[in-house]
Amino acid sequence: MDMWIKVLYDMSANMILPTTAAFAIAAIGLNVHFGFTGLLNMGQAGFMLIGAYGFSVATIAGLPFWAATLVTIAAGTIFALLLGIPTLKLRGDYLAIVTIAAAEIVRMIGRASVLNSVTGGSNGLPGETYRNTFSALSPFPDGKTAFLWFDFDNTGVNGWFIRIVAWSLVVIFAVLVWLLMRSPWGRVIKGIREDEDAVRSLGKNVFAFKMQALIIGGVLGAIGGMFYVLPTSVQPDALGRNMTFLIWTAMLLGGAATIWGPVLGSALFFALRIFIQGTVDILIPDAILNTQQTEQFSWIMVGVALMLLVIFRPQGILGDKKELNFNV
Amino acid sequence: MVNTALARRSSPKSLRVIFGVLLGLLVLSFTLGTGAPAAHAASDVCVADTATACFNGTIKGVGEGVKLTIDGNGESIVVETDKDGKWNAAVTTAGTYTITLDEKTLPAGVTVKGDAVQEREITLGFVKGAIFAVDGATGEGADNGQSQEQIAAEGFNWDRLAQQVVSGLRLGLLLALASIGLSLIYGTTGLSSFSHAEQVTLGGLLGYTFANVLGLNIFLTIVIVVILTGATGYIQDAVIWKPLRKKGLSLTQMIIVTIGLALALQYTFQMFYGASTVRILMKNPETFTIGPVTLTFESLWAMGLSVIVLILVGLFLLKTRTGRATRAVSDNPSLAAASGIDVDRIIRLVWVIATALAGLSGVMLGLVLNGINWQTGMQLLLLMFAAVTLGGLGTAFGALVGSLIIGMTVELANFVVPGDFKYATALVLLIVILLVRPQGIFGRKERIG
Repeated sequence: MDMWIKVLYDMSANMILPTTAAFAIAAIGLNVHFGFTGLLNMGQAGFMLIGAYGFSVATIAGLPFWAATLVTIAAGTIFALLLGIPTLKLRGDYLAIVTIAAAEIVRMIGRASVLNSVTGGSNGLPGETYRNTFSALSPFPDGKTAFLWFDFDNTGVNGWFIRIVAWSLVVIFAVLVWLLMRSPWGRVIKGIREDEDAVRSLGKNVFAFKMQALIIGGVLGAIGGMFYVLPTSVQPDALGRNMTFLIWTAMLLGGAATIWGPVLGSALFFALRIFIQGTVDILIPDAILNTQQTEQFSWIMVGVALMLLVIFRPQGILGDKKELNFNV
Repeated sequence: MVNTALARRSSPKSLRVIFGVLLGLLVLSFTLGTGAPAAHAASDVCVADTATACFNGTIKGVGEGVKLTIDGNGESIVVETDKDGKWNAAVTTAGTYTITLDEKTLPAGVTVKGDAVQEREITLGFVKGAIFAVDGATGEGADNGQSQEQIAAEGFNWDRLAQQVVSGLRLGLLLALASIGLSLIYGTTGLSSFSHAEQVTLGGLLGYTFANVLGLNIFLTIVIVVILTGATGYIQDAVIWKPLRKKGLSLTQMIIVTIGLALALQYTFQMFYGASTVRILMKNPETFTIGPVTLTFESLWAMGLSVIVLILVGLFLLKTRTGRATRAVSDNPSLAAASGIDVDRIIRLVWVIATALAGLSGVMLGLVLNGINWQTGMQLLLLMFAAVTLGGLGTAFGALVGSLIIGMTVELANFVVPGDFKYATALVLLIVILLVRPQGIFGRKERIG
């Protein structure tokens, strides 16, 4: 019985992790791209990595927290501009290939040994080298606080402070996207998703609108990346292609083109994976699947779940099938 | 009707041009290889002659300062690896030597995998390799796809250019095997299959299983792997892709399904083979030298086999009825169906050919490059996409030419940028192509939509 309680605890603890919040922020950004604008961005992890490097390198260079955050936002913006200019006039799958390639380029440059002194090469940057400016902002006293069955440090690496900030940002960004999407600008964006030529015939500059959407989603991705590495460390390989695919899975699980879909999807995604892993661990003896293999098994299930989700319920949990346009 | 539609698209003339270009590249690389003056070995590099024999090897990703001791026949030599993990030692007596890797000199966190003590018999005038596999090595050298015979020299010289051109040709040919399938699938179904990369990995890992674990002959292994991977293509189309086409799934959904499949396959590979890199045929590769170019025999016949298979695929597409039907479907599925072509049968065939070619490519990549692990295919996928985009999405011959260009770009990038960036260079090239000619070299403008 204890084992099941541990699984339940792990599930709930994973749901509120600051990295889960960061993942949700990136998923909200991807939802702006894909769900609302219909852009097939397959490089959201690249935006995250750019944001992570932007923040950590700027902080290590001596910038204060707010300046480093601005660097993060600027990095996301520039990356979106660079990606958008060659591809936004082309068909959707070109954007997919270019975004995935650009994300890989960022990762390869980040892990290159010639940049060891800046990015730490393939070893990355340890969290304690850039985390302090953020921790210093904490208004909480030292010590630990217990809430429900959780007991964390107030300010520490993975404590309440970063959890509260990250999840508050998730709510703020979700509300922001909601406000954006019910504005005239949002209606144009959704119009582009439905029929680009129709919007163009109304005299709208489709390219500019797509670019704005790419930048907004990309900046959200960069901020997601920044909060992803604050409680951990900058590891270029952790923010690779598979991260992008996991964000896609989470977004589609919750429901693309909805406001809360990416948030719900992210929290559920991690909880479900832990649930699969824990259940398999308990039910199947080690002789058949050892602990490492159960983890791999849970990732296989994630892949299968993504396939089934897209085939049988592309609108996800919260989505409306009419709102979703896969013909990009 | 089909014939006239095809005549516009790929006339025999344009085919001749393509093969001409290919032949030209081959000839060029070999004239460069034989015409250049013989390599001048650096003073500390062992050169085998009538009085000496050489042992050498590369311990990937450990860097300099790892000590090896070569003992036997009254000689005891201690050598150190250089910054690329390469080492070599000269002995003056033929016979059996014991090569010992000093584990204490390995970098922190790196451990020997397999034997730290190996015995080698050598005859004067010969070079013998000894491979020590290590776990936990990092850095450039530990990456996949680093060609084994790469010359360590820095800066530009003609010898190195020749070596890199041949390496590029090799990578390009192996890449072409994989990307032609990707392009055929795109052409006939419109799908950019992200799981195609895993078909390459599957081929490599199956090759390792049959050749190394079960000890089968390498040619028999290749035949078995090609049949098995081709069968996966058949089953995939029967179980997944055909029902999804009938269900009317949009292409974007299908792309995401291939991504889900790719994820599931990657972790399946990890579950069965672990995260470490396996190399097909661990015995020391025998090398030979033409002018400045040093290649393993495996590399040579892998390249030869690739050329033969590519020519056969080309002949199939151009000369056979089914091949023509394939191109007709690629050109216009509705028109092809109206002309009495069984489109579903053609697509099934394309899946089988594509996965079988990818499997073949995987075996040979595992053989001539550094080895195969669960994410090798994923690393190559972007090169494949770059190749087919460069050639023109959906055109089989474009994929061939694109692959050769991408292969060359990757290997020649070393002259301009640090080795870490060689794959990135190919991806930058992809983005530049999309800027200036999005339809690729052989693509038609209407395809960009």
